[in-house]
Amino acid sequence: MTTSDKVVLDVGGLRMRYGSVDVLHDVTFHARHGEVLALLGPNGAGKTTTIEILEGFRTRSQGQVKVLGTDPAHGDERWRARLGVVLQSWRDHGKWRVREFLAHLGTYYAPYTTPRIKRPWHPDELIEAVGLTEQAGKKLRTLSGGQRRRLDVAIGLVGRPELLFLDEPTASFDPQARHEFHDLVRRVVGTGETTVLLTTHDLDEAEKLADRILVLNGGRIIADGTAGELAQRIVGEDEVRWLRGGQRFTERTTDSTGLARDLFARYGDDLHELEVHRASLEQTYLSLVRQAESAQEATR
Amino acid sequence: MNPATTVLRTGWTRGRIELRQSFTNGADLFSHFLWPGLMAATMFFIRDLPFGSSGLLLGMLALPSILGMNAATGMISMSQQLTADREDGTLLRAKATPHGMPAYLIGKVISVSGGLLADLVIFLVPAMLIVEGLRIGPGSWPTLAWTLALGLVATLPLGAVLGSAFTSARAQGLIQLPFLAVIGISGIFYPITALPEWLQWIAQAFPIYWMGLGMRSALLPDPAAAIEIGQSWRHLETVGVLAAWAVLGLLLAPVVLRRMARGESGSTVTARRERALQRV
Repeated sequence: MTTSDKVVLDVGGLRMRYGSVDVLHDVTFHARHGEVLALLGPNGAGKTTTIEILEGFRTRSQGQVKVLGTDPAHGDERWRARLGVVLQSWRDHGKWRVREFLAHLGTYYAPYTTPRIKRPWHPDELIEAVGLTEQAGKKLRTLSGGQRRRLDVAIGLVGRPELLFLDEPTASFDPQARHEFHDLVRRVVGTGETTVLLTTHDLDEAEKLADRILVLNGGRIIADGTAGELAQRIVGEDEVRWLRGGQRFTERTTDSTGLARDLFARYGDDLHELEVHRASLEQTYLSLVRQAESAQEATR
Repeated sequence: MNPATTVLRTGWTRGRIELRQSFTNGADLFSHFLWPGLMAATMFFIRDLPFGSSGLLLGMLALPSILGMNAATGMISMSQQLTADREDGTLLRAKATPHGMPAYLIGKVISVSGGLLADLVIFLVPAMLIVEGLRIGPGSWPTLAWTLALGLVATLPLGAVLGSAFTSARAQGLIQLPFLAVIGISGIFYPITALPEWLQWIAQAFPIYWMGLGMRSALLPDPAAAIEIGQSWRHLETVGVLAAWAVLGLLLAPVVLRRMARGESGSTVTARRERALQRV
C-alpha cells in the first residue's frame, strides 16, 4: 500500500456536546494519503458522531478539523466531489436500475475531473469491480441484501473519491457476507489512491481492513497504532501451559519467554508439552476499553 | 462544463428518468389512472344535473373546476414524495453528492409536474367527450396554460414546505384532511355561491378556489360567469392570490428545505429506518 506524507485528515481537540452531555471530549488524530484507518470502539463511543462531523453532515462544538485541507463545516461542492460516503441503503431509488443509477450519479462528478483523477468511474467498469455485472439491468428493489451492499460501495466510489467514509459497513451482516464485503473493500481500495476511514465495533474487521486502528472510547481516542503496536502497547497476559510429572500447570504472565527460560532451567527434561498462548489483540482491545472505563470512573 | 449547467442538466435527466419510471410500472400506472378515472366517472353521473334555475349543467361547471383541483394535488404529491425520500435516505444520498440537493429538487419538480400534466390529460380527454356546453376557442388554451403554470408555482413550493416540515408518513396522511376540507368549500363540485358567505371567504384565501375559477374562465362560455362571486371571472384577483401564495412558498421553501437538509445524516436515516421497521 502506498502512503505518502500528505495529510488527508487532520483532527485536533474535537469536541461535541449535545445539550449538557459531551459525546466527544478531545478527539485528535490524522490520516495520511492512501491510509486505511479504522475507528474502533464499543457502541456509544462516539464513532458515528465523529465520522458525521468529518463528512460535513454534523456541526461540531469545538476543535480543529481539516478534511482534504478544508473545514467540513464550510466544504463546497468541489470539496464534496472529492469525498465518497458509503451509506447503508434501505429502499431508496427502488425503481432505478443498477447501471442507470450509477451512470446518472456519475454525471454529478464529471465537472470535477482533474488531469490526475478522471471522474466519474465508468459505470460498466465500476459495476464489474463490485461484481454486479449480472445485475446491471435489474431494479434496485429486486437486489438481494448482499448485492445492495455492493451497490452501496459502488455509489460511494462512483466519483473516484480521494477519501472514502464507511460507517459501520458490516453491522447486521452474517459472517459470510462480512467476509465477502471485506474482500470487496480490499480489492477496490487496495490501489492506495484512496484514503479510507471506517468505523466499526468489530476488532476483527478493523484488523483485517485497516493499516492503522484508532480506539475510541467514551469520546476519547485511547489508542492509535497498527494492530501489532496496539498489542505491544498494552502488554496483555500470555498464557503458558506445561506438563510435569503427569500434572498439568497453567500460568498467566506478561513475560512468557522469561517464564519458559525459568521452567527449562529448573525442570530440564522433566518438562513436557510446553505451550505459550500469546495475548490476542481481542484481549488487548477489551483490556484497553476496561482500563479507559475504570479511569473515567475514577475521575468522576 | 460549469456546475450550474450540470445541475440543470442532471436535474432535468433525473426528473425525466423518474417520470418514465412512474409510467412503466403497474402500481404507479394504476395511481395515474385511478383518480382521473374516478373524476371522469363523477362527470358522467352529474353531467345532466342542472344547477338551480341558472340553466347551467353541473357537469359543465365541474369539469374545469376538477381540472383546477387536480392541478392543486401536485402539492400533496410533492409533500408526500419529499417525506418518503427523506425517510428512505434518497435525500441523504443527494446531500452526499456534489450539487445533489438542487438537482434532486429540480428533478422532483419536473417529475411531479410532468406526472400531473399527464394526469390532467388522462382526465380531460374522456371528460370532454362526456360533458356538453364547454366553450373551447382560441383564447381557452392560453388562459388554461397561465392558470396551470401560476397554480403550480403557487402550490408546489408549498408542498415542498409541508414535506420538509412533517417528518413521518403518518403526519403526511394528516395533511390530506385539511386539503380535502379546502376542496370541499372551494366550489369544485358545486358552485361556491351556494355556500354561506363566511365559508366563501375562507375558500378564497386558498389557491384551490382560484385555480378552479381560472380553469372555468378558460373553458366555459362567458355568461356562466353570472353564477360566480361578483358575476365575473376576476382574473386580476386570481393572479393576485395565486402570486401571493407563490411568493410565500418560494420565500419559505428554500429556508425550510435547507434547514431540513442540514439535519440529515446517516444516523438520522438509520433511526427513522428502525422506527419504520418497528411499525411493520
